[in-house]
Amino acid sequence: MPTFVYMTRCDGCGECVDICPSDIMHIDKTYRRAYNIEPDMCWECYSCVKACPHNAIDARGYADFAPLGSSVRVVRDEQKGTIAWKIKFRNGTVKDFLSPITTKPWGTCIPQLADEAEPSKEMRDGELLFNEPKYVRLDEGELHTLESNGLKLKEGVYY
Amino acid sequence: MAYKTIIEDNIDILVAGAGLGGTGAAWEARYWGKNKKIVIAEKANIDRSGAVAQGLYAINCYMGTRWGENNPEDHVRYARMDLMGMVREDLAFDMARHVDSAVHQFEEWGLPIMKDPDTGTYLREGRWQIMIHGESYKPIVAEAAKKSADKVFNRICVTHLLMDDAKENRVAGAVGFNVRTGNYHVFKSKTVICGAGGASNIFKPRSVGEGAGRVWYAPWSSGSAYGLMIEAGAKMTQMENRIVLARFKDGYGPVGAYFLHLKTYTQNCLGEEYESNWFPELSKMVGKAYLDTEGQHLSHKPIPTCLRNHAFINEVNAGRGPIHMVTMHSFQDPHLEEVGWENFLGMTVGQAVLWAATDVDPKYENPELTTSEPYVMGSHATGCGGWASGPEDLSPPEYFWGYNRMMTVEGLFGAGDAVGGTPHAFSSGSFTEGRLAAKAACKYIDDGKAEGIRVSDKQIEDRKAEIYKPMEHYKLYRNEIVAGDVNPHYINPRQGLDRLQKLMDEYCAGVTVNYMTNEKLLQIGLKKLKIMEEDLESLAAKDIHELLRAWELKHRHRTSECVMQHTLFRKETRWPGYYYRGDAMKLDDDNWHVLTVSRRDPKTGEYTMEKAPLYHLVEEENAKVEAAE
Repeated sequence: MPTFVYMTRCDGCGECVDICPSDIMHIDKTYRRAYNIEPDMCWECYSCVKACPHNAIDARGYADFAPLGSSVRVVRDEQKGTIAWKIKFRNGTVKDFLSPITTKPWGTCIPQLADEAEPSKEMRDGELLFNEPKYVRLDEGELHTLESNGLKLKEGVYY
Repeated sequence: MAYKTIIEDNIDILVAGAGLGGTGAAWEARYWGKNKKIVIAEKANIDRSGAVAQGLYAINCYMGTRWGENNPEDHVRYARMDLMGMVREDLAFDMARHVDSAVHQFEEWGLPIMKDPDTGTYLREGRWQIMIHGESYKPIVAEAAKKSADKVFNRICVTHLLMDDAKENRVAGAVGFNVRTGNYHVFKSKTVICGAGGASNIFKPRSVGEGAGRVWYAPWSSGSAYGLMIEAGAKMTQMENRIVLARFKDGYGPVGAYFLHLKTYTQNCLGEEYESNWFPELSKMVGKAYLDTEGQHLSHKPIPTCLRNHAFINEVNAGRGPIHMVTMHSFQDPHLEEVGWENFLGMTVGQAVLWAATDVDPKYENPELTTSEPYVMGSHATGCGGWASGPEDLSPPEYFWGYNRMMTVEGLFGAGDAVGGTPHAFSSGSFTEGRLAAKAACKYIDDGKAEGIRVSDKQIEDRKAEIYKPMEHYKLYRNEIVAGDVNPHYINPRQGLDRLQKLMDEYCAGVTVNYMTNEKLLQIGLKKLKIMEEDLESLAAKDIHELLRAWELKHRHRTSECVMQHTLFRKETRWPGYYYRGDAMKLDDDNWHVLTVSRRDPKTGEYTMEKAPLYHLVEEENAKVEAAE
């Protein structure tokens, strides 16, 4: 379902151009509005649809296998932390879905690693990553090793 | 040409490609390199780039050691079984022992992970998969990466790695161009962590028009992980191990949640279970060790992904298609119906659109399945990628050369699709690999291994001329014709991609030949790829967007060549259902219980192939005894 842009809703703001992972949303030079320049490189990922502040972008099923007449619309709200979908079938059936997209206020719960205490030389030379071993099991357990798990890597055995 | 040259100098860690692997690398690097200069170069916008751009509805790699669910070695055994033995078990164990710590952080950052209401543990879809509301998975991990990086350069198509002019086989950064401004970007860096992607769109797709965009792996996954590393002379492994997916027809919507959580199952057009009919014969092809038809029901061992494909393909060829997913029972439960739809909306919207467009409601109709065209990547049920060092405390000598996840080019590290032999890493495992690579890269610098790197102006200028050549070529010959794209002096990127897909399909076991090839076909294919390489010198790009496609095509071409070389080298059929060597239809453990390793000499373009030993995790004798007691 390559995307397309409604002429009367688009104001050429470029949000879709900025976000498209495939670099296929471009601004048309004559109309000063966005359009999909390469539909067969469109993954229908909906990144542009979600990013458009004017709901100007929609998708029309891939012409080589999808008939006309249905729609899948979406509203993604970072403040509320939700995403709402409305699926409208060709035969008129409608299905609505609502899901969370985050459990925390945006960007507030990721620590700045530059402010963390300097790792010791022992940590640098060992196998632990940031916050380990604690975060592996959230208990006092250590990182798994071949020795701790009674294992060997052996050549010449078949599985 | 009026494009500016923009040099970013004195970088310690350059992350080339910021999907899940690259974001993990950038994030973790800050902890081990408080004062290091960390820079990200990303082809798209880091908030929505890579294979997870669209979101995910499950994290497919989580041990749950915290709840006593699995240990790392259990996952290694699973991946080994699924890949018919061919796994770098040191790397797989290492990823698995760290992966939970990444997932626990994701939850802290705000990623909604579903919980089992009875036990309070993460809701399992299968033994390794947990269910998430992951529409914003990528924006969330991107926030983490942005927090750690000094600079994020979005919209940079990295075309080449820079090499040290002072010391042979040492990396010195990367170059590329900005797909918006067209400017030439030079990143001089002590280390590079390659987080670029695997390859979609190198085999002819089943779709014939717009639907070519509805590939299983993202269309922007241009094999750049491989194109960049092969060009730099890095050794590659298991590149023959392409993957074919059994998916919902046309939309390629995922089936994992359907099989595992919704308990749907497949049947042929007669409404019969068909898989087990093919297993006795298949067991003779691959050997009882890999498919034990009598013991299978008793042991409840999962059947390897490729072998299930084999049954699917053969059942269709026997005239009993289509294969249906039986959803009508499960979808009567409103909760399961909701999960079924949200699963698509969270990661493959296109499948929902297709079902809406065709009035397929799985509650009243069992949808069709298909097997996809092949894909080349290294983090799903396949392990293509670079030949990387393992960690010091796990790896045998053949797998260890100083720094975890370092390639055979010094200072070049990898994560995600870039690392070979590590299937079933998925999103969380790729992020984890990035973290491991970042720590190792910091250590490499701290150990003084990156001293004295020199990049000559000549190297920078030569690459610049090479990068913009398709645009120059276009300007030179465009006006020789009236209009259109038919020109005796050049082909455009789309024409080149069509040629690549057709020849990979026909000679390297694509979908139109039922995944079949042999030595003769592969040799013809290699010859055609060589001639195509000459034509790639005559590639024309009419603007910067086409220049992006031109370089993606070059990366895909190089990836394809390596896949073809590896497929020719491994003279057996190791993964029936992924591809078949018609001249060696059996799995051959006597000769091929090994990992394949290649190196392309960057000066001559010649490939050297070798077999690398395969180490397996075994339990120590006393551990076995203890377990028995």
